[in-house]
Amino acid sequence: MCYEAIVIGVSSGGMKAMKIMFSLLPENFSTPIIIVQHISAHSDNQWIKLLNDKSNLPIKETDEKEKIERGNVYIAPPNYHLLIEKDKTFSLTIDERVNYARPSIDVMFESAAEAYKNKLIGVILTGSNNDGTKGMKRIQECGGLTIVQDPATAESSYMPASVIAAMQVDYVLPLNGIIALLIKITQLQFHK
Amino acid sequence: MRDIDMPELEISLLLEAVYQKYGYDFRQYSEAHIKRRIMNSKAMSGLENISQMQSKVLNDEAFASKLLQDLSITVTEMFRDPGFYKSLRENVIPVLKTYPFIKIWHAGCSTGEEAYSMAIIMQEEGLYDRTTIYATDFNQQALSQAKEGIFSNSMMKEYTTNYQLSGGKESFSGYYTSNYDNVIMNQSLKKNIVWANHNLVTDSVFAEVHLILCRNVLIYFDRNLQNKVQRLFYDSLVNGGILCLGSKESLRFTDLNEEYTELDKKQRIFKKDY
Ligand SMILES: C[S@@+](CC[C@H](N)C(=O)[O-])C[C@H]1O[C@@H](n2cnc3c(N)ncnc32)[C@H](O)[C@@H]1O
Repeated sequence: MCYEAIVIGVSSGGMKAMKIMFSLLPENFSTPIIIVQHISAHSDNQWIKLLNDKSNLPIKETDEKEKIERGNVYIAPPNYHLLIEKDKTFSLTIDERVNYARPSIDVMFESAAEAYKNKLIGVILTGSNNDGTKGMKRIQECGGLTIVQDPATAESSYMPASVIAAMQVDYVLPLNGIIALLIKITQLQFHK
Repeated sequence: MRDIDMPELEISLLLEAVYQKYGYDFRQYSEAHIKRRIMNSKAMSGLENISQMQSKVLNDEAFASKLLQDLSITVTEMFRDPGFYKSLRENVIPVLKTYPFIKIWHAGCSTGEEAYSMAIIMQEEGLYDRTTIYATDFNQQALSQAKEGIFSNSMMKEYTTNYQLSGGKESFSGYYTSNYDNVIMNQSLKKNIVWANHNLVTDSVFAEVHLILCRNVLIYFDRNLQNKVQRLFYDSLVNGGILCLGSKESLRFTDLNEEYTELDKKQRIFKKDY
């Protein structure tokens, strides 16, 4: 199976988890990663700069209508929902909050599932609400791979636990295991 | 048989029906967005599939009008993005001051919060008496609300903070009268606002203006449509006129990128070249 994109949903405790993830993913990791992290509507992009300092991959806030390119990590901007179009470009909207969140993980995941079908990997990490559960279900329905952080190892267990309670996920792993798995899956396709 | 995504085919037929019967053209809106809204409407309506929605839209005006509401997102705020209004005070007002009379166009004004914010700034700058604000939207229901100028009291705390962050120095509560759950904006703010129904996709230039604000409307359009609407703005602006977009919108993917100079890159404020 050749995966074309990875989507990640993360909430409280996310900064720490993402720092670890991006310091461990190698520079030649080329499958694009698209992230929704719950953040305050007024936050500036200082924290993205911080993440970039420790990252081997370039991390940027998405622009409206930007094309998704290999080798990049994209983060949803504050106070907008992020959607993925079938032509693999981004759309932003200021529709009502979903699960009290804007950006919402469900909104991004559902559109990603439809754009990438079975070529998508969905990952839910630490967080303290249930945003992302519906999105993961949709990813599975469309044939994508689902990975959840082991709640026992997550800073906030609620969000991963909510997904596990709602569906049969493909993998439940600690953060290091998730990173190793992502590298393995994408390298397999690299050598093909 | 061709391998066709059924919901997508049905959606494009539904949009075609809406356009042919009611003249509202959503055919070049962001597909992912439209799909999400239509799937939500379908779930709410209890209908089984989108084809049923299509036949209902064609035969039931109330249903059609509900669907149009669902497709038009009217979320807005007063002094949304305070940093933008701050820059407007600093970089745009000095340009406007040079005109004997000032025409401003709020395209996609929704329920009017932006236009009232603008009226407040013009009043504070002593320019309001020579200003006309054209506030347009294609959503008649939103426009009627805008015209009334009645907003929920519960929002005022947030708007006051926004106002102060934007550089406002007056007491914000002086701009409205509270009445239990609601507030009504001062008559003096309303007097030079002209509310009008205008569809950016199907209507054309209606005035020559000095400043256009179109924020968080174009994000809903695909690139072709953005390009077309940007042409409309360009044709409506005087030379040296100013265009303000939403904090995530740009001219980058349009043909007109070269025809403007950035006044404030971060706040997306552009000046049409002479
Ligand atoms: C999300 S609101 C933005 C409101 C405000 N400008 C802001 O940024 O807070 C988008 C508005 O654009 C309007 N709109 C969408 N398509 C339009 C069209 N084709 N012509 C005119 N208005 C349109 C909608 O009715 C809605 O009121």
